Amino acid sequence: MSKVFIAFQTNEDTRPIIEAVLADNPHAVANESPAMVKIDAEGELVIKRASIEELIGRDFDLQELQINLITISGHLDEDDDEFKLSWLN
Amino acid sequence: MDMNVKKKKLGLKEKYAHMTRGLDWETSYQPMDKVFPQAKFEGIKIHDWDKWEDPFRLTMDAYWKYQAEKERKLYAVLDAFAQNNGHLGITDARYLNAVKLFLTGISPLEYVAHRGFAAAGRNFPGVGPRVACLMQSVDEIRHAQTQIHAISNYNKHYDGFHDFKHMLERVWYLSVPKSFFDDAFSAGPFEWMIAIGFSFEYVLTNLLFVPFMSGAAYNGDMATVTFGFSAQSDEARHMTLGLECIKFMLEQDPDNLPIVQKWIDKWAWRGIRVLSLVGMMMDYMLPKRVMSWKEAWEIYFEQNGGALFADLARYGIKVPECLTQCSEDKEHISHQAWATFYQYGGAAAFHTWMPNDEEMDWLSAKYPNTFDKYYRARFTYWRDEAEKGNRFYSNTLPMLCQVCQIPMIFTEPGDPTTLCYRESEYEGEKYHTCSDGCQHIFDNEPEKYAQAWLPVHQIYQGNCFPEGTDPTVEGFDPLAAVLDWYHFNNGHDNLDFEGSRDQANFAAWRGMATKNT
Repeated sequence: MSKVFIAFQTNEDTRPIIEAVLADNPHAVANESPAMVKIDAEGELVIKRASIEELIGRDFDLQELQINLITISGHLDEDDDEFKLSWLN
Repeated sequence: MDMNVKKKKLGLKEKYAHMTRGLDWETSYQPMDKVFPQAKFEGIKIHDWDKWEDPFRLTMDAYWKYQAEKERKLYAVLDAFAQNNGHLGITDARYLNAVKLFLTGISPLEYVAHRGFAAAGRNFPGVGPRVACLMQSVDEIRHAQTQIHAISNYNKHYDGFHDFKHMLERVWYLSVPKSFFDDAFSAGPFEWMIAIGFSFEYVLTNLLFVPFMSGAAYNGDMATVTFGFSAQSDEARHMTLGLECIKFMLEQDPDNLPIVQKWIDKWAWRGIRVLSLVGMMMDYMLPKRVMSWKEAWEIYFEQNGGALFADLARYGIKVPECLTQCSEDKEHISHQAWATFYQYGGAAAFHTWMPNDEEMDWLSAKYPNTFDKYYRARFTYWRDEAEKGNRFYSNTLPMLCQVCQIPMIFTEPGDPTTLCYRESEYEGEKYHTCSDGCQHIFDNEPEKYAQAWLPVHQIYQGNCFPEGTDPTVEGFDPLAAVLDWYHFNNGHDNLDFEGSRDQANFAAWRGMATKNT
């Protein structure tokens, strides 16, 4: 299985997002480098709108991820509730 | 940021369908083939354009909203940086030279990418890729503008930032990135998508932006970090467009496979050659290093690119053959490139230097197989000679590779002590290339690459002197005339960092910022 990843700028907007991603994806690992957090995961990584909303206490649109996104790897599938990265092999 | 999220009338998938498919129509006054004249000549067969879907499902209304937010954040940082003399907070004035290389070598390419994606958007008959290309085209002009705005603050204080547009079209090392994009832009829309959308954005952009911007963060350059990450936030979308494009071509018709494979082979190698400049920047030009070029290569190319090619294998795509050489090259290219710029430091619009002992130890630790064995002694010799007042500058001109336009500085696979030369013949003329990868590219399309505008050839033909220059007068200095034509301030923009105006000014201004006298 190959690894997928997603990287965000380090800031107050992304702190709860990263927390939610790590809670929803126990196999994922966060790697911090200057100004950036990169989350690596074997095979698949799912970001859930509901989990982020619970942490930030307001409605959240997954397209807001765009603002602080740095890079991704893997095939993406995004709808209103989930932002999913995966390799199909 | 606390955004107001309105209850939506339509789900993301429905909205995407309305805002892309729903805005398309078949022309009736003119046949579609005449409206989209570039859609078929490359041989790519598409049966159903509706099979294309942007997985971000981004529509123009959402696009403007999020891009505006990115711009607000960026310009607030740029103002703060300028108002607080942020340029004095960088680690060391040598760092500025990495920014000069970026502004002159990369930022103008963002503008070419803007034009290229506008053209691709115009030329694709399918509305899905057309909308995605439109957004990328707008992104790319934003990148060019924000980079120029961010870096213009440095232009107020330091040398070498003053005329990047003029330089791009003339200077010998800038022809490397320029020719890469010109090559892609002069191909058809599908090849453009493989060249820039897939090879450059998906496979290679992480190697350019992520280590570069982390490097800027390590070196205290808040302005560059911010424009870099602001640009990079669009790159995730660009990478996705590149990947979707390749999957779409391969799923549409089995006849597309050999064409796509040939383009992947070509553009993977073209891209890797361009990135030699980034390798030397990471290993030599950042006073505070983030990671070595070799480490970045392993994370972003070998692991990530490996996962990608494993995934594309189900379509029959093979890892390009020329890449087998890269596992050896990653140990050498940054040292070979920096050695070249050091020797030609009289003809570059940034300063060069030899690493100090601590930096050489770092290089030894990061490159245990190669640095001490092949490079350290040479670099130490040059440094010792410079300290004695014999700083070495090469005054000859190097032979350039006909394809990548890099001087022929790279070594033979398996023998890092022999320079690699390849020779091809086309219509009775000899052409030289730097590697098997570049030779294959030349041999596949000699009619294209035979036309390359090679800076060294042009200098020898007398085409790179200011108008009215008489090269026959006694005491004519060809190098000075070329630098004049490049718009370099000879003696300030070029030569060694040691003794430069940048070095003196930075030390004086930082002193004023931290002391009361």
